[in-house]
This record gives sequence, structure tokens and C-alpha cells, in this order.
Amino acid sequence: MTKTTKTSGVSRRTLLKGTAGLAGLAAGSGAITGFPYVMSAEPKVLRYLGTAVNEGDDISKQCLKDTGIKIEYITATTDDVTKRVMTQPNSFDVLDTEYFSLKKIVPSGNILALDAKKIKEFDNITPVFTKGETPGGKKIGGQGTAPWKVLYLEGKDSKKFATSPTEYVTLIPTVYNADTLGIRPDIIKRPINSWAELLNPEFKGKASILNIPSIGIMDAAMVVEAAGKYKYADKGNMTKEEIDLTMKVMTEAKKAGQFRAFWKDFNESVNLMASGETVIQSMWSPAVTKVRSMGIACTFQPLKEGYRSWASGFCVSKGVSGPKLDWAYEFVNWFLSGYAGAYLNRQGYYSAVLSTAKANMEPYEWAYWMEGKPAEKDIKAPDGSLLEKAGSVRDGGSYEDRMGAVACWNAVMDENDYMVRKWNEFIAA
Amino acid sequence: MDTSEDILQQAPPDIVRGTDTRRAAKSARLPPSFVSWLQAGPMMLVFVAFFLIPLVFVVIVSFWDYNEYQLLPALSGRGYTDTFEGCIAQLPDLCTIAKTYLKTLKLCFLVWAITLFIGFWVAYFLAFHVKSKTWQMGLSLLCTIPFWTSNVIRMIAWIPLLGRNGLVNSGLMKTGLINQPLEWLLFSEFSVVLALVHLFTFFMVVPIFNSMIRIDKSLIEAAYDAGATGFQTLVNVIVPLAKPGIVIGSIFVITIVMGDFITIGVMGGQQIAAAGKIIETRVNALQFPAAAANAVILLVITFLIITMMSRIVDIKKEL
Repeated sequence: MTKTTKTSGVSRRTLLKGTAGLAGLAAGSGAITGFPYVMSAEPKVLRYLGTAVNEGDDISKQCLKDTGIKIEYITATTDDVTKRVMTQPNSFDVLDTEYFSLKKIVPSGNILALDAKKIKEFDNITPVFTKGETPGGKKIGGQGTAPWKVLYLEGKDSKKFATSPTEYVTLIPTVYNADTLGIRPDIIKRPINSWAELLNPEFKGKASILNIPSIGIMDAAMVVEAAGKYKYADKGNMTKEEIDLTMKVMTEAKKAGQFRAFWKDFNESVNLMASGETVIQSMWSPAVTKVRSMGIACTFQPLKEGYRSWASGFCVSKGVSGPKLDWAYEFVNWFLSGYAGAYLNRQGYYSAVLSTAKANMEPYEWAYWMEGKPAEKDIKAPDGSLLEKAGSVRDGGSYEDRMGAVACWNAVMDENDYMVRKWNEFIAA
Repeated sequence: MDTSEDILQQAPPDIVRGTDTRRAAKSARLPPSFVSWLQAGPMMLVFVAFFLIPLVFVVIVSFWDYNEYQLLPALSGRGYTDTFEGCIAQLPDLCTIAKTYLKTLKLCFLVWAITLFIGFWVAYFLAFHVKSKTWQMGLSLLCTIPFWTSNVIRMIAWIPLLGRNGLVNSGLMKTGLINQPLEWLLFSEFSVVLALVHLFTFFMVVPIFNSMIRIDKSLIEAAYDAGATGFQTLVNVIVPLAKPGIVIGSIFVITIVMGDFITIGVMGGQQIAAAGKIIETRVNALQFPAAAANAVILLVITFLIITMMSRIVDIKKEL
């Protein structure tokens, strides 16, 4: 029975694609022949496809209050978001996705680049995205799909990434962060300062990595390089030989029983760490915070080799036009105007426009999250729950320190197909 | 078909016209073959629309080519050749697909054997030891308890029980039976089999119970009267008569386990290969033709197993 649903999965999607296409066609023709006054009477609704990262209820409520635009969230995992863009481009209006998926999405022609001139705060977007450096001038590592490599298109309908700034922006930046290993300092009881520790036999049966092949292999590459086994030209775009080498190191570790489990979703990583099944694993910042809020010691450990970073932003479906496109611009402009940025900053992520976020945060919050200073007061989450007691300091320190130490970015490799096959081999080993 | 025509021809003209109200009830009696088509029709339509047509698509797509972002509708065996990559070159080492299927078949066999053993005795108990119909119903419903919670919650709940610091380990350590927590309790083949057995024994119980309840009790009395021991009765009377149930239950369990990747993933810590897992990874990487090719392979292998099983017992005849 499970088998049936699975085997039919692909073609079910093909069917859906067909129906979505028809629905889109119907909607499209309605937009052309429909009377203008009917359109203006319509409530402003945008279907928002993305992962759970940016999709706070508070954000949509505030947006409705400020702009009258009603946001309907369509939440999916990173992989499923990409899948949906490819197969059902008419099932959403605004897309919130990561830069590394652009290598798949842009050639498909299913998204519409936004016009930088219509984005009010575009010039205030952090230089992390536009120049590959921190506001303080630190150069950021550019291995992998770094946002500045794929930020601009050559023309409105171009499928080629421009090497110098144009007005056609693939994704208007919203949120990003620097990821590293999470550890249980209460169990490890000694300083950890290198990615190589992930494969240290000391933690046999107590380590874990991400089971998303394209991200997992980047973490693996950080480990291989840290252990001095190999130096990659670009960890985010390996040759077949480099993939073989990386997977060989990981396979040996797996066979030796180094890994307790691989995780795929936020809660799995929290569970593994909180229950003590693992003591060292690749992790996301809010997951570390969650473990800590359960009263369990957990550190988002800065490492000397640097962070693996990711970033996401907004674009719209190619089917969006007319007033809907105006609302989309209005929404994106609202998103960058401060409320949402402050909301994201308070979760441990970073917002793309720092100045507006700062204006929406208390000075003590800004000092803790962004400047790496000890908290003057208790630090609260957006929902009001206690995250950190007064006096604590953010792991990894300030924005400059953390973003300045980024070594590579989440990526889709040219040899992605080969890599996925090797990943299956690794799981089967 | 010709029977229906015969009936129509034999019917008096007034019935065909339907004017005689007295005999209207009789006129409503449609030809039997038409009735059976009508009865089977809805299921058949659902089956064709949601199983056969998608399946045909899967087979077609499995022979297509693809790139990073789209399907290329050109005949290509790439989905298959990639899947069997290294199967000859790596000999005597096994290639990925062979390893994966060996592992899946092993898990499948273990789960099948254990669910059959447990399911058989639960059904036996329900059918022969529980006399009242009400109790039989009540106790069968108890077997559905594992289905009352969602799949994900049910599996996450194993961690506090079987984990390193879980109930079982801390219990065993307190009694002094072990000094160190048992690592193989969780994220291992053991935990995968345990979770699958826990989930799917019910699918064995129901069909076997259904077969057993229909065994004529006088047959068992006759065996007893003829001097058969309890064991002889079991082997020579009950098991042969319960065979259809056993085979149907086995088909349920085997098809589910062969395609499972969620339970194997969560309970195996994502470190155990499964045929379904390969398909999932491929789909997530938007490599639909490769995923479809793997789905076809899985379907063929599962179908072979089922065919072998129905060779042993002719279900159609037994039913």
C-alpha cells in the first residue's frame, strides 16, 4: 500500500502539474478579460510559498495591519519548495527560497526577477549580499553558491546570472545565518574548536550530520579539510574525484559507528541533542536555542575553519502580473521595513536590511544579538518566552565576527546527480 | 455478455417498455453481468484513474532523460543504468542497489516472520479461545491501538524508551544487568524491526482471524474424535484452512515493508538503506526519471515476491 502511493508519486505530480497549469490558465484569462472594478474590489491576498523559517504568524498579522495584504502561507521543506516551483509554478505568488536553489529554479523560467529600483531599501541591503563583505569590511568566503554570485540576472527574462549588478534581482535578500556544529559542553567537558572533532573517535556513536545530501556533503567537506586530508578548490562545487574522496572519509566513519543518526528536520536535531543521543552534530541556530530553553546546556560552537552559511530571499512566480505584482512589491518593501527584520534577528537569524531592523529592536537586544555584548536584561523570544538570562553572551559573538568567518555557502554542485548517487551509496554502506 | 442479451430477448415487451407497474419490481432486475459491472465499476474507475494511469506514467517517465531542472522526454535508459552503476565493475563487492535490496529484503523477511508468528497466535486466541462475539470484536479493536496516534509521534516516542538514557537502558542499569547503556536498542536494525512489527502485526491478525473464524468447528471436533493431538489438528486442519488469511496478511506486510522508508529512516537513524529511501532521495533532488526507474524496479521485485507467494496458495480458489 505504501508502495502504491510511492510509485505513483511522480506521475501524481505530473497530473497535478497539468491541473495546476489549467487552473493557472483559467486564472490568467480571467485577469485579462475581467473588469477592472472587480479586480480592485478583490481582497489583497498573496500565496506565500516557503520554508518555516520566515513564516511567523506575527509577521503575517502585522503585515495585514500595516498594508492590508493577507498572506497565505504554504509551508514546505527546502526540497519540496524547489519541487513545487518546478512542477506547479501557478500554485503560489511570492516565493521565499534559498539562493542555492536558484541554479535549478532560474533555468526553469518559472520565476520572475524583481526590479531593484522598486525596492525602497535595496541600497541599504547589507554588503554581505551585494559585495561579499561585512559592513565592517571583512571579506566573506565565497565557496559554494554565495548570494552575490547569483543575485542579478542579465536581463528581465534572462536565465543567465550577471557578473556585475543589474536592476533584475533573482531574490530580494531577507534572511541568512552562519551555521556550525552544536555541542553538549556538559558532556564533552573540553573546548572544541575544529570541524575535525566531528569525526573524532572520542565521540563514537554520538555524532550526527544533516541528511540533506547537498548540505551534508558541505559539512563533510569542512571536516575533511579541517582534518588536513584534502584542500578543495570549491567545497560547493566538487569534481567527481573530490566527491568520491569526501564520501570515502564519511563512509569509513559511518562503518566505524561514528554516527548515532542523521537528522533531516529541525525537531529531530533538537531531540537528538536534548536526549543525549548525540553530543556533537551540525545544527541550526534556533535549534540550539530550543535545546537551551529546555534547560539543557548546548553551544553553537564557533570553529576556527569558519561557518557554513545560507541565505534566502523573495521573488515571485512568473504567473504574477498586474495588481498582484504591485502587492508583491508592497509586501517585499514592507518585509524589509523593519518589523520582520527585528523579528528574525530576535530568533538568532540575521535580517538583510540592518538599519530598519535596528530601529525596531531595543538597544539591549541589538547589543546582545548583533554586537556580541553580554545581555543587559533577560533576552526574550518574539513570543515572549525567556531565551537567555541577563549576562549571557551570544555563541560566536557579534555579527561581524560570525558573518566575517563564513567559509562557504550552501550549494548545488554541477555534479549534483553524481553526488546524490554517491550519497545513496553512503547510506547503503 | 450473451446471457444478458438472451434475457432481454426473452423478456415480455411490456416489461421492456416498463408500462406494467405490477411487474415493475421485476423489470428493475437488470442483466446479471451488467449488475456485476456496475458493482465493480466505481472501484475499477478509481483503480484505473489513480493506480493504472499513474503507473503507466511512472513507467514512461522512467525511460526519460533529465537535467537539473526539467524532464527531457527523450528515450533514455539513464535512470536504470545509473541505478545499476558498478554492479559488474565492483564485483565481488556489491553495488549500492544490490546492497540496498539485500538490506530491504532482510528487514522484510524478519518483519514478515515475526508478524506472522505473533499474528497467527493472536488470531488463534481470538478465534478459538474467546467464545463471545462481543469480546472477539473488543479484543480485535484493541489491536488497532498503535494506529491511534500519528506515525511520527509514535516513532518519536521510542526515543525516551529505547534511547541511551531511555527507560529500558536506565532500568537495566539499575538492576545491574548491564554497566553501559545498550547502543543497539535504538537507531539499529533491531529498532527498525521492532517498530515495523509493532505497526503491522495488525495487518496479519485481521485476515488470519477472518480465515480461522470461518473454519467449521465440526472439523476440529472430527479431528479430535479421530484421535489427533492438538498439534496434529493445528498442522493438518487449522493451518491449511487458514492459509488464505496467512497469504493475504503476508502480502499486506511485505508490500508495506518493501516500500517503507519513513519508519526505516526514523528508527534506523537514517543510516539504513531502504529501496524507498533511494526513490525519496532522487525525487528530492528533482531527478524524477531516476526515481521512476527505481520505483519500477521496486514494483517488479515486490510483484515477483507476491507471485511466488500466490504460487504456494491459490488465493482465488481458496476464497
